[in-house]
Amino acid sequence: MTAPLLEVEHLTMRFGGLTAVDDLSFVAHDRRITAIIGPNGAGKTTVFNCLTGFYRPTVGQLTFHGHHGPVLLERLDGYLIPRQGIARTFQNIRLFAQMSVLENLVVAQHNELMRASGYTVYGLLGLRRYREAEAEAVDRARHWLDRVGLLSRADWEAGNLPYGDQRRLEIARAMCTRPRLLCLDEPAAGLNPRETAELGELLLGIREQEKIGILLIEHDMSMVMGISDHVIVIDYGRKIADGPPAAVRNDPNVIKAYLGETEEEELPEEVKADLEARGEGGG
Amino acid sequence: MYYFLQQLINGLTLGAMYGLIAIGYSMVYGIIGMINFAHGEIYMIGAFISIISFLLLGVLGITWVPLALLLVLILAMIFTATYGWAVERLAYRPLRGSFRLAPLISAIGMSIFLQNYVQILQGANVKPLPPQVTGGYVLGTDGGFTVQISNIQIIIMLLTVVLMVIFSTIIAKTPLGRAQRACEQDLGMAALCGVNVDRTISLTFVMGAALAAVAGLMATLYYGVIDFFIGFLAGIKAFTAAVLGGIGSIPGAMLGGLLLGLVEAFWSGYFTTEYKDVAAFGILVIVLIFLPTGLLGKPEIEKV
Amino acid sequence: MSVAAQGVGAEKARFDPARALKEAGLAAFVAFMLFLPMMGFRLVGAEGRLGLEYRPQWVVIGVVTVFFGHLLVSFLRAMRGAPVRPAGRVGPVARYVNTHAKWFALAGIALAFALPFTPFANRYVVDVATTVLIYVMLGWGLNIVVGLAGLLDLGYVAFYAVGAYSYALFAQWFGLGFWEALPIAGVLAATFGILLGFPVLRLRGDYLAIVTLGFGEIIRIILLNWYPVTRGPDGLSGIPRPTFFGLVFTRRPAEGEVAFHQFFEISYSGLHRVIFLYYLILLLALLTNWFVLRIRRLPVGRAWEALREDEIASKALGINPTNTKLTAFALGAMFGGFAGSFFATRQGFISPESFTFIESATILAIVVLGGMGSQIGVVLAAAVIVILPELGREFEQFRMLLFGAAMVGIMVWRPRGLLASREPTIRLHARSAGERSP
Repeated sequence: MTAPLLEVEHLTMRFGGLTAVDDLSFVAHDRRITAIIGPNGAGKTTVFNCLTGFYRPTVGQLTFHGHHGPVLLERLDGYLIPRQGIARTFQNIRLFAQMSVLENLVVAQHNELMRASGYTVYGLLGLRRYREAEAEAVDRARHWLDRVGLLSRADWEAGNLPYGDQRRLEIARAMCTRPRLLCLDEPAAGLNPRETAELGELLLGIREQEKIGILLIEHDMSMVMGISDHVIVIDYGRKIADGPPAAVRNDPNVIKAYLGETEEEELPEEVKADLEARGEGGG
Repeated sequence: MYYFLQQLINGLTLGAMYGLIAIGYSMVYGIIGMINFAHGEIYMIGAFISIISFLLLGVLGITWVPLALLLVLILAMIFTATYGWAVERLAYRPLRGSFRLAPLISAIGMSIFLQNYVQILQGANVKPLPPQVTGGYVLGTDGGFTVQISNIQIIIMLLTVVLMVIFSTIIAKTPLGRAQRACEQDLGMAALCGVNVDRTISLTFVMGAALAAVAGLMATLYYGVIDFFIGFLAGIKAFTAAVLGGIGSIPGAMLGGLLLGLVEAFWSGYFTTEYKDVAAFGILVIVLIFLPTGLLGKPEIEKV
Repeated sequence: MSVAAQGVGAEKARFDPARALKEAGLAAFVAFMLFLPMMGFRLVGAEGRLGLEYRPQWVVIGVVTVFFGHLLVSFLRAMRGAPVRPAGRVGPVARYVNTHAKWFALAGIALAFALPFTPFANRYVVDVATTVLIYVMLGWGLNIVVGLAGLLDLGYVAFYAVGAYSYALFAQWFGLGFWEALPIAGVLAATFGILLGFPVLRLRGDYLAIVTLGFGEIIRIILLNWYPVTRGPDGLSGIPRPTFFGLVFTRRPAEGEVAFHQFFEISYSGLHRVIFLYYLILLLALLTNWFVLRIRRLPVGRAWEALREDEIASKALGINPTNTKLTAFALGAMFGGFAGSFFATRQGFISPESFTFIESATILAIVVLGGMGSQIGVVLAAAVIVILPELGREFEQFRMLLFGAAMVGIMVWRPRGLLASREPTIRLHARSAGERSP
């Protein structure tokens, strides 16, 4: 059993009268891939936005065991959360489109470089200390470009990359912040089956080699079931299942939430595929 | 007390004009989320067209004031609305989907262009118009201080109320109003549902410009003097009014206009006239920082 | 050729006269409605009674021009196909200038240094060049805020005014010279930038624009009305001129001062000071440029650009948006303050009239036309905007009209500016496609 990395307790988020997340509790562990799945509008992205400081939860305690010991995420300003060791990607990719691929990765190391540049003073003077730090940052960027297969496109404008490359670049950028927990918001959305399989490999590789936790929101059930160590299913903001993929897959509540009252076995294959396809792109 | 009453009357008059301009800002912002920086210049053009129409009617021999006023009102609204339409068509429509600052920069360019266009065509000097509507009512006297409401002030307030009623009806009851409200919610979805988005946006600019023209006419009558530069300050103040009331909300724009007019009137009545514009800008900054949704606006939820 | 391809081709090549005529007719009608009141009549006789002058020929000319212009455009469009270049792409000229930016820059700097000694240089030319350089410096300074950080600042002239007035007042009160006052003016302007920026930088981009505009006006109104300090509309005069390492530029220096011409044992010429001021602003402008180019490659510069591109993603990477924007605002303001001090010492007299919104708009126009973020573009735009009105009164009158129209046109056709094409601040591979190991 690995140490808990993130403990979410009684997380509730209301927008006016709408309760997007309702009393959700779960734990994500170090060196494990935890997946949050659920139908459209189940509140998955809201959970992410609470974790990464874009929303302030109405109720709940989010304990994260980060670089500097345990912290309560709900008390931090959004920009401070990455400094504790949480990195995220976005459902609708958010790259710095007019900057180069390499620059995207160097910006991700902003805080370290800022210190090394003596808050700009040493940098302006061109001191060696900053130049070395920058070279190191470029090395890390090169490492991640290699891992996601974008090394040859390092000097491209990020906005000109094909869609799949943009998704992988966003993951590389998140990894350049050296997180302890990587949060991915539907990383397989819009990818073809081959790209999805490659993505699964990449995530497993990150788990093994970087020894960090991954928290994943996904619609693509095949990928979730294939790589996750732990699956949490939510529907209408509430947790309806929590456990290893095999157990969750057969949970009657989950089947009901995804497919209505009908038993999964009774549906023809193409209908199931169709239902899954429709599930994509939202959340 | 009487002094207070007088400032109240002056403030409401001023506020009615700000409110009419502010509606143009608010509607455009509500529908396409941009600040139509050139809207102040549209108001200025409305004032110029009003003054030209007055003179033209004088030449034609139409001197009976109520008829002349009505005709000027109609002429100013029609011709100014054309300017509103053309501005949208030339400077904003091609920019939909461009980068974030593009429409705003384009609007600033359009504003500079229109100011200089009028200056070149009509000259830089001020244009005085002899009083067209005279007289008024004395409401009371106190120790030599007379409180009065002039006929122009009455016309301005009545006209504003009438326009607000017509306007609210358009938004609430007609297909155009429905299309506008749909576009406000979601441009893309409205288009998919068969709303002619281009036309709706155009008509929004046309309506905003027509209301600004009325404000321009009122300013011409009330102050009796205009120049090519009046749009700048009036524009910023009306924008302040729109923000104060909650940008995107039409009753809010009117409310914000009235409040701003009152603040300015009382400020210059009790403190100093030199810094009255500072008061307006101060309100703008304070509202934006502490009450960014304004008095009647809806909060915006940041989409991540 | 497939049917589909034929269809597309046909759509491009066919010119439909009936439709074009109809559209041109509509455009002409709108033009008629626009021109009839504003061009057809001119208000004359402002002082006494206002009268009307009739100019129907203007309306006719305008409407006919629009009609045939529209027809011509639809015809050309049909002939050449749809606009070839998608928005955001740069043209070949811009690409050429940008790939050879270093050479253009070096040639420009060499030319700038040689200018006062070229045969065609006289007092007037050097004077105009000095004005150009003031705007270049202001443009480069504002480019930090608008081009790099993507914050639309419509009140930049306020910082220019703060710089100018703080030098004038420090000279008056404490007898500070230009060189002592320059850094203080810069720091003061930056402080104003921070004071303004702190509350407003969390606002949406377009709100920020209006608030900065309001701030610019507030500063001007205060300058206009705070008579005991600023002497209101009368302005401040007798602002001391800068010295060249302690040497003054007067014919007969005061007691204890040494004049430039005495020290170098040359005969006095009024041109000395003009040339000195020219080199002074040249150096200040180059300092600005060096600073901007350098800081663009530092973490803070990259963070500015990242915030411009996507604030939410920047936050998710741990960038503090408020502080980062604040540095851009403060540094931009600082250079505005430096330029303001120079302006004060050059003119010897300042009044609020020099710091109106038009001035802010002019600087913004320079940045926008030159291409946000482009350094050479700013120089060209500043040169055009300053030199155009010098060519004749007609240009003076039409200058802002043209610039307003150009700002709209640039946004429609070339949103990145005439000369902008971004170079990455750091590269992994050499410029050519081949890979290179470090």
